Amino acid sequence: MTVPLGAFVAVSAALFFIGAAGVLVRRNAVVILMCVELMLNASNLALVSFSRRAGQLGAGNPLDQRGSVFVIFVFVIAAAEVAVGLAIILAAYRNRPTVNVDEIHEMKG
Amino acid sequence: MIQDVWLVPAFPLAAFLVNVLFGRRWLRRWTGPIASAAIAASAIVAIGVFLDVRAGAERTIVPLYTFISVGDFHAEAAALVDPLSSAMLLVVTVISFLIHVYAIGYMAHDRGFWRFFSWFPLFVFAMLILVLGDNYLVMFVGWEGVGLCSYLLIGFWFERPEPAGAAKKAFVMNRIGDWGFTIGMITTFLVFGSMNFVDVFDRVAKDPPAQGVLGLICVAFFLGATGKSAQLPLYSWLPDAMEGPTPVSALIHAATMVTAGVYLVARSTPLFAAAGPVLAGVGAVGALTAIFAATIALVQFDIKRVMAYSTVSQLGYMFLALGVGAPIAAMFHLITHAFFKALLFLGSGSVIHGVGDVQDMRRMGGLRSKMPLTYWTMVVAGAALAALPPLAGFWSKDEILGSAFKDGYPLLWAVGVFTGGLTAFYITRAIWLTFHGRPRDPHLFDHAHESPRVMTVPLLALAVGSALVGFIGFPPDNGFLHAFLRPAIETCAPAARLLNTTANGLSGCAAESGTDWLGFLALAAISTAIGVVGILFGLSMYARGRPDPAAVARAARPYYDVLVNKYYVDELYDRRFVDVARSFAGAAWAFDIHIIDGLVNRLGWAVRLGGRGLRRAQTGVVGNYALSIVAGLLVILVAYGGYATGWLRR
Repeated sequence: MTVPLGAFVAVSAALFFIGAAGVLVRRNAVVILMCVELMLNASNLALVSFSRRAGQLGAGNPLDQRGSVFVIFVFVIAAAEVAVGLAIILAAYRNRPTVNVDEIHEMKG
Repeated sequence: MIQDVWLVPAFPLAAFLVNVLFGRRWLRRWTGPIASAAIAASAIVAIGVFLDVRAGAERTIVPLYTFISVGDFHAEAAALVDPLSSAMLLVVTVISFLIHVYAIGYMAHDRGFWRFFSWFPLFVFAMLILVLGDNYLVMFVGWEGVGLCSYLLIGFWFERPEPAGAAKKAFVMNRIGDWGFTIGMITTFLVFGSMNFVDVFDRVAKDPPAQGVLGLICVAFFLGATGKSAQLPLYSWLPDAMEGPTPVSALIHAATMVTAGVYLVARSTPLFAAAGPVLAGVGAVGALTAIFAATIALVQFDIKRVMAYSTVSQLGYMFLALGVGAPIAAMFHLITHAFFKALLFLGSGSVIHGVGDVQDMRRMGGLRSKMPLTYWTMVVAGAALAALPPLAGFWSKDEILGSAFKDGYPLLWAVGVFTGGLTAFYITRAIWLTFHGRPRDPHLFDHAHESPRVMTVPLLALAVGSALVGFIGFPPDNGFLHAFLRPAIETCAPAARLLNTTANGLSGCAAESGTDWLGFLALAAISTAIGVVGILFGLSMYARGRPDPAAVARAARPYYDVLVNKYYVDELYDRRFVDVARSFAGAAWAFDIHIIDGLVNRLGWAVRLGGRGLRRAQTGVVGNYALSIVAGLLVILVAYGGYATGWLRR
């Protein structure tokens, strides 16, 4: 039995907003970074499911995998971003031994 | 030589440029001789020009370049060489030369020596331009130039407040006169289509404009003359101008700049002759100024102030002459006055220099034995001023008075004669207080000394002039000067016929009838007698103390106070004009500070206020930033979804 597309979109949306909520609520910088990763992968899921369904429906060229290819791009970007983000957290940690974002607010004003 | 006439102003201009550029560091003491040499060169060329004119070149135009050519308006920078201008050239260059040489001695100890000898020849340049111009515009260039140099030289010692203020006052009052000149100039162009003397005077004769318009032009020009030549009501700058160095007072405020107004009116004789009532007004103002200033001179204690008021008074005589239709007499007096008044000022300067920069005559006395040369030259000059025959002043002043009487102005004649008595009195007083009697300040007397030769030689030269120059107008009405100037100041030309007078023929026309010896001697006897009375009165009061001057002053206290305070004119002007200007300036300043600056400041404050508000978004808390990102994302999602599903209409 075919899984309806809506299910995939719903899961993707749920993951996305869970990630967003995590970014807003969590205090640990590393955990925030992980939530961002979650948001990115949620969008990956959405991209892949649309890409597959579009191929099955046969509207365009059945070999058209553009959505999936885009996901590869997102992987790369996510990886780069994590690298940079972790480096920033490390630098901040060296300055003051905390990863609690609530405690880093010297750029006020 | 006439074709080279532009060399005359060129030499002083060159001296100015050289001195102002190189005087401070390199030329220093040499600036004095350089300027003097330049003026001497000018004088030599002026003599050449004069001889050429005398030989018969009655009117030559020597163009230099086209000054302005716009649409209908053309003004050439050209020189008009005729008897009037060539005579003025001589007077200006010769007297300037003598005073330059004198100033080398007088300013010798001054740190600004090079600066003085930059402005001094610049002044001579401007004056020569004024005299040479063949149209009102070029004359105005020179007119303004001498005003500027007067400012620079009066305020020569600008670090002190009095000279700075006096310079400002002189310039502002002059400027009011300049406004009159400008109106006259522009109206002349509008009415006659040209500012050129020859053009305008021809057109006045052939096709005179309405009396009202012509009167306006003449009144406007006369206002300019009033400012420049220190007549009522624009005279009070001249006594204050004595703050400047004495050579400045001698040259600018006795012999040259202040005569520019007389020259202007003399040059414009055809215009004024056709505007009868205005001319009468000129004469009245002149006479009134003459007696007014003479009364003030009676009680002044600063020796230079006495001379300053004397100058105002004598200029009044010149305007009196112009007013009664005797421009040649006015020019005659201009020339003689230049000599003896310059001498009086230079002599005063010699005294001031010799007693260590003291100008108050009450501290002097008995200086005759210490400064004999200065004394005797001053006596000659004083006698010339008092119009004692056969010195120069006698011939010129009595010609003026004679013209006044014969042309039917007995009241002006009487004023002139009486003022002559006052003149004789005040100059006797001044000379006596300075040179005779017991020295009132022993310390000053001990250190008093005669001036160096560089100063006394010009005094001698001027003394010779004061004695002899009167003979250029001898015999009266028929002398060399009369014949020389007559073609230039065409008092008998068609313009004069426009004067609808019968008895008031212009005395310049008397040439045809020869010298009226009887009339002249009769009138001269009266005025000379009054003058002698003035001298005797002065001697009696100050040499013998009968009556005692102090007692007279006490007895006539209210009148005396009015005179010493110069009729409170300065105070009146202060209240009426200066205070008004000051409050206007205050209002403008307040507007600038509160409104204009306020606007700019408020704008800045508003920007800072906005910034302060916006800055509150920068909390420094990462969570806030994340929230704003997510919130923005939500808005985008809702908007996109809304448009796409049609739920949110564009």
